[in-house]
Amino acid sequence: MDSFTPIASTLGGTLIGTAAAGLLMFHGRIAGISGIAGGIFRRQPGDVTWRIMFLAGLFMAGVLGSWFYPGAYRVEIDRTSLALIAAGLAVGIGTQLGSGCTSGHGVCGIGRFSKRSTVATVSFMATAAITVFIVNEILGGAV
Amino acid sequence: MKIKVGAFLGGLVFGIGLAVSGMTQPAKIVGFFDFGGSWDPSLGFVMAGALLVYAPVYRAVVKQWHRPIWASSFSLPTRKDIDWRLVSGSALFGVGWGLGGYCPGPAFTSVGARSHEALIFGAAMLVGVGAYQIFTRLREARIEETATRDTSPVIDG
Repeated sequence: MDSFTPIASTLGGTLIGTAAAGLLMFHGRIAGISGIAGGIFRRQPGDVTWRIMFLAGLFMAGVLGSWFYPGAYRVEIDRTSLALIAAGLAVGIGTQLGSGCTSGHGVCGIGRFSKRSTVATVSFMATAAITVFIVNEILGGAV
Repeated sequence: MKIKVGAFLGGLVFGIGLAVSGMTQPAKIVGFFDFGGSWDPSLGFVMAGALLVYAPVYRAVVKQWHRPIWASSFSLPTRKDIDWRLVSGSALFGVGWGLGGYCPGPAFTSVGARSHEALIFGAAMLVGVGAYQIFTRLREARIEETATRDTSPVIDG
């Protein structure tokens, strides 16, 4: 429990909510990161640049954030490159098949009181918990 | 131009929020799901904070606004059905999230922070996203082609 950060997490959450609300008010779009990324590959005319700009903003936040507070990007879990590749592929394919991720379903979807997104969020939270249980309790925390 | 700057700023604020909230630290993500070990409830506070802002804004905007400020119309999800793709895709995403400790937003922003782990994860994630989208597009094109062929006039004899 020593790493519990209720104030910073709530504050960061309101920033995430503000950015998502801004994208809705100004662009009429859902701030789902996996959906924004996936749309780039569909190459619909006039629908690509804003996606790249949003992701560039995310990237730039990381550049700036790591200057001011590199500790925010600490990893501190024991994962081989192979495990990271498998995890990345699962997240990439899973979010496209399931039409969303933590932001699209978990924040924007639940925020719209969407039943689809609530079901999706329960589904990915459940398998994430099962996966962490297997990795930490059965495999000893390193994969 | 303003649309591009707006999207960039949206991503920037979103990314700063991810870092402040702790979402960019895989150990905190794993900690949230580690009920058997030392549980870290922080992620719940991130979602609560985000919903506190987003849910009331969404309700007000959708009820009262005819169009967004810089776009001619809203582009919002319309589907209501719960199908196997939604459930199994999300389940697969959860496995990757629990395994790698990154979901898509934190992965992108952590690449900007030059995290070696995020770079490996993020590259694989983009391959997954791209492969799925390109495969889907090819399949849709094939279905469309078949459909056009089927509706062409049938000449008997």
